[in-house]
Amino acid sequence: MTRRAAYEARQRRRANLIAGASTLAVVVLIVLLVPRAPGWDAVRASFFDAEIFVRTFPDLLRAFVLDVAIFAWSVPMIFAMGLAIALARGTHNPALFPLRIFGAVYVDLFRGIPVVLLVYLVGFGIPGLGLPRPWNSPYIWGTVALVLTYSAYVAEVLRSGIESIHTSQRNAAICLGLSERDTMRYVILPQAIRRVVPANMNMLVALQKDVALLSFIGPVEILRQAGIFKSLLANFTPYVGAAVIFLMVTVPATRYADYLMNKDRNARS
Amino acid sequence: MKTVIATVAATLIAGSAMAAGHCAAGKTLTDGTLTFATGNPAYYPWVIDDAPESGQGFEAAVAYALAAEMGFAAEDVTWTRTSFDQAIQPGPKDFDLNLQQFSITAERDKVVDFSAPYYTAPQAVLTTQEVLAAGGAAPTMAALKEMKWGVVASTTALPVVMEQVQPSQSPLVYDDNANVIAAMQAGQIDAALFDLPTALFTAAVLMENGAVLGQFDPAAAENPDQFGMLMPEGSPLKACVDEALAAMTQSGALAMIEAEWLQEATGVPLIK
Repeated sequence: MTRRAAYEARQRRRANLIAGASTLAVVVLIVLLVPRAPGWDAVRASFFDAEIFVRTFPDLLRAFVLDVAIFAWSVPMIFAMGLAIALARGTHNPALFPLRIFGAVYVDLFRGIPVVLLVYLVGFGIPGLGLPRPWNSPYIWGTVALVLTYSAYVAEVLRSGIESIHTSQRNAAICLGLSERDTMRYVILPQAIRRVVPANMNMLVALQKDVALLSFIGPVEILRQAGIFKSLLANFTPYVGAAVIFLMVTVPATRYADYLMNKDRNARS
Repeated sequence: MKTVIATVAATLIAGSAMAAGHCAAGKTLTDGTLTFATGNPAYYPWVIDDAPESGQGFEAAVAYALAAEMGFAAEDVTWTRTSFDQAIQPGPKDFDLNLQQFSITAERDKVVDFSAPYYTAPQAVLTTQEVLAAGGAAPTMAALKEMKWGVVASTTALPVVMEQVQPSQSPLVYDDNANVIAAMQAGQIDAALFDLPTALFTAAVLMENGAVLGQFDPAAAENPDQFGMLMPEGSPLKACVDEALAAMTQSGALAMIEAEWLQEATGVPLIK
């Protein structure tokens, strides 16, 4: 080992020690100080009741299956719709100008409206027009509301991906004799979609939490189940249980998105 | 006419207030005033026009009568608004008494204090004319089982539906009365469970096609739904409030207020 390497190793060890000590100090301070707050006993009883946590957790987990199901059937529709809108906004053909207008209005409208309002409007409004069962189900129309909102976001993400592909790629494809359609299909989209995977992972994490908004129009998913327990037991612990379940899914998903983003950055640099 | 009755009632109560004495002295949030909380918005017939200060509506009238019984003049009563969650959160509360049709349950009683009940609410089934016209809806348990149910999450309606009705399809659950009504108008649910006064008002005023299918016999229920005033856990006011409520029950003042503000429910069939 050279003297320089030894020095650097020493420096690294020192940095690690300091980082460890300061983290430990913060944790110790929190653990020691928070329980000394005068209202700690009341807060602990309201939010961290172990007995209630254990009693309600299985039901919360069961309710979470519904969140996962809604998520699973929404995602393919969101991406199909998002891609269609992104392509509509990117057309160059003058005859298809109305399609571009439609794409722009769609994005402006559904990205601008709060998801909650859209869930109410579509979830209660459209069935209110007189649809018979089972076509007035809140599951169907709640899903439609989520797809409308999220496809508008995804469309913009995809469009930015498409526009980030250098013009030379398109020109090269034309020189090779590819049609405009084939250029998009075989040259632009494969590169564009790969480039926006990290951004779309973030959309999925956000969607995972917004699925809970469907509970506003009836379905008993995890947050609603936690709310029911809260009002019966007059205790907020079930929400903590729900948060734990959400974290079990969103933390790995976010880490995976970070990993993809780093990989993408390394590949480009 | 109502004002006359209210005035007479208030005078009667004010007379007995002197006898009760100032058992609440120094125990309220602000000395000399009694702070009540109600919902935001507060619903008819519990509070008329979302204005509890007027003393109009069952809970508003009970609040002022109780205040008088405890030795507070009407101008010493102030109002604030809370949600259910604010009422049960662990921090300090900004009300002395909170009344917004809170059902007394043993679990809730562990976290907050409840006064003696000021009203026993029969549970009633709200539905629509369309459901009635389609047939199959009848005030019998067998018919209720086959209906699609909706309930409000923050009430005790869900356990009642699950345990007593045991419907064949799982109920849908909503944030508030307005959403339940919207779902019913959209044809997503057939029936909803409310306390009887709320059900009657909703059917008569808020919905064009509403109907009250029937009521559960409160005498037959194992745990009748009783409304209590919510207080912070360990509130020093509880003894004083309970004493005043007992006096109001004894003197018939509470029954008078109930008769004035809550409709006679003679036409609603009992569910068999």
